[in-house]
Amino acid sequence: MAALTLQGITKSFGATPVLRPIDLDIADGEFLTLVGPSGCGKSTLLRIVAGLERQDAGSVTIGGLAVDHLRPHERKVAMVFQNYALYPHMSVFENIALPLTMSRLNVFERIPLLRLLSPRRRVVMQQIASEVEAVAGQLRIESYFARRPGQLSGGQRQRVALGRAMVRHPDVFLMDEPLSNLDAKLRVHMRSELAELHARLGVTMVYVTHDQVEAMTMADRLAVMDQGVILQLGTPSEVYARPASITVAQFIGSPGINLLPGRVASAGQVELLGSTLPARVPAAPGSPLTIGVRPESVRLQPRAGDWLLPCRFRRRENLGSESIFHFDLDGPQPVTILCKVGHDEAAVTAPAEGKTLLGIAPDSCHFFDAGGHRLEPQNGASNVPEIANRRQAAIGQS
Amino acid sequence: MSTATAVHGRVPMGRRNQQFIESLAGIGFATPALILLILTNLAPLVVLGVLSFTNYELGAVAFNSVGLKNFAAAMQDPVIRRSLGNTLLYVAIVVPAGVFLAMLIAILVHRRTKSRSFYEVIYFLPVTTTLIAMATMWQFLLHPRLGPINAFLVSLGFERVPFLSEPRLVIPTLAAIGVWQLIGFNMVLFLAGLSAIPRELYEAADVDGASHPVDRFLKVTWPMLGPTTMFVTITTFITAFKVFDTVAVLTHGGPMGSSETLLYAVYLEGFQYFHLSYAATLTLIFLAFTLVFSVAQTFFLDRRVHY
Repeated sequence: MAALTLQGITKSFGATPVLRPIDLDIADGEFLTLVGPSGCGKSTLLRIVAGLERQDAGSVTIGGLAVDHLRPHERKVAMVFQNYALYPHMSVFENIALPLTMSRLNVFERIPLLRLLSPRRRVVMQQIASEVEAVAGQLRIESYFARRPGQLSGGQRQRVALGRAMVRHPDVFLMDEPLSNLDAKLRVHMRSELAELHARLGVTMVYVTHDQVEAMTMADRLAVMDQGVILQLGTPSEVYARPASITVAQFIGSPGINLLPGRVASAGQVELLGSTLPARVPAAPGSPLTIGVRPESVRLQPRAGDWLLPCRFRRRENLGSESIFHFDLDGPQPVTILCKVGHDEAAVTAPAEGKTLLGIAPDSCHFFDAGGHRLEPQNGASNVPEIANRRQAAIGQS
Repeated sequence: MSTATAVHGRVPMGRRNQQFIESLAGIGFATPALILLILTNLAPLVVLGVLSFTNYELGAVAFNSVGLKNFAAAMQDPVIRRSLGNTLLYVAIVVPAGVFLAMLIAILVHRRTKSRSFYEVIYFLPVTTTLIAMATMWQFLLHPRLGPINAFLVSLGFERVPFLSEPRLVIPTLAAIGVWQLIGFNMVLFLAGLSAIPRELYEAADVDGASHPVDRFLKVTWPMLGPTTMFVTITTFITAFKVFDTVAVLTHGGPMGSSETLLYAVYLEGFQYFHLSYAATLTLIFLAFTLVFSVAQTFFLDRRVHY
């Protein structure tokens, strides 16, 4: 177990920069997820930590020791690959035991026939077998030791790959989209199993995924990456509640965040659809602004103090436990507003065809400047009476 | 209502008709291919089998059944025994050398990025040329007095080596030419096999500590090339067993029959001495050998190379 530090890591493939200087401190025993769209450089970063790829500049430190000059197996890291990378000609047992046989047996003890001459080999192999069994017991895969990977299901292969990583007791676990080849149901199951495994082993884990649900559910902290840069680093709730940019806000959360075009009015107030909202942002008056509202923060039944959005109902997606309503915003530009409500609320308040008013709580809004960066609202919820008035007016208009 | 019932009642009958028409169409489509298969492959084999039990000679008006006499003669024929021995020696050299050298070259060439196609063309050239034409080149190269190979050996202080006229050297020399001709084709097959190995396996081997080239070969490359190796071994075996052209052009089976091979003996019996029935017998023996070896290899290897 060890902390992992990345300092100024850069990498380009030919003329294409893949990683701009990346700095990252991962604490001992932390579960950190690198999340981002494909091609954002997250896998490359993981492979640099593993030693499978060499960085152009910068340094990787594991447990206080720089490992840049070390080969992958000397770094005390274990890796789980997207398609498991199990050796198809070896049994489950041999697959898991391989890292140990490679490190504990010398060349002669690994050569067929010749190895029978070594008296030490039997002792070592017995020790390896007991360690493999211990790991397999934790993953519940002892019953198919003799099978080959080709005879296993996706979930079983996944466990074998985990076993092969665990058996070495590595300092750092590296996982490159390990769940993406599983079907949806198994993925949910393995998600909690991985989280439990991490809690039990207490080992440092770096987990790469493009799936924001995996990132949100398992990680202690997540690093949202795009185009070779870490856009935001924080706990899942921080990243969800205070996204640092539009890109992060769009990436985290499902369905994606609603983005409404606004403007900064005089005195820093936010202007949406020609009417001024009481929130103030630190930006120059007159500059364009984007207002982000998560679908789960949009209310079908506006409450007192809500900002109101005049909309036209388009359609409803029923997901059983919840429903997603699609609306067109009544404005000069075509903007779609998504609204996610639970099953019970949808049953009571499902809107009819035609015009309706949606409510959004002022404190659930995110503001982004023209460059897509987050603007912190200032004393946004202080003007309650004014909002109440606006609400009256809006209802009167419709 | 009544018409609906009537139509409904006729459906099973219609389905039966449809099935009949479909199977008829199926037979109709398959028949031409079947006839072609019989005419080109099975009928000649039957004729070969029938001939081997007769005393037919090319041009003869009548022939009689002689039972197993031809087979008995072949068993006792010193020429055939020698030919079989020579062929097996040739195969014993060409198969391992042709397979493993090709694999080695493929592994070396595979990692090249820019020069890969250059090497592919170079090694594949002998495959595209006719061996008969290239044999004249080899005759010149290996000539005891005029050839550059001997000139080179002499310059190093060795004695001249009569590659094609020394009975003990002639089969190994022909085998070397055989390997030279085969290696490009086998290399291309191995390159295809190498491309199919997932890169993650090598990376997993790297992380697991099997990063030494020998370990990588033993843990990943060699087992993953299993199916390719099996296919290449069997095709190389069959090609090597059919050795004929170099013998016919370079040595005519000499010196003193030391380079006579099975197919060359068939050629002599059939086309030089016109003992067609005897040649048919030898061909049948030849076929039996290749069949038994190929089937044995398939059964032995198939279970080990497919996971």
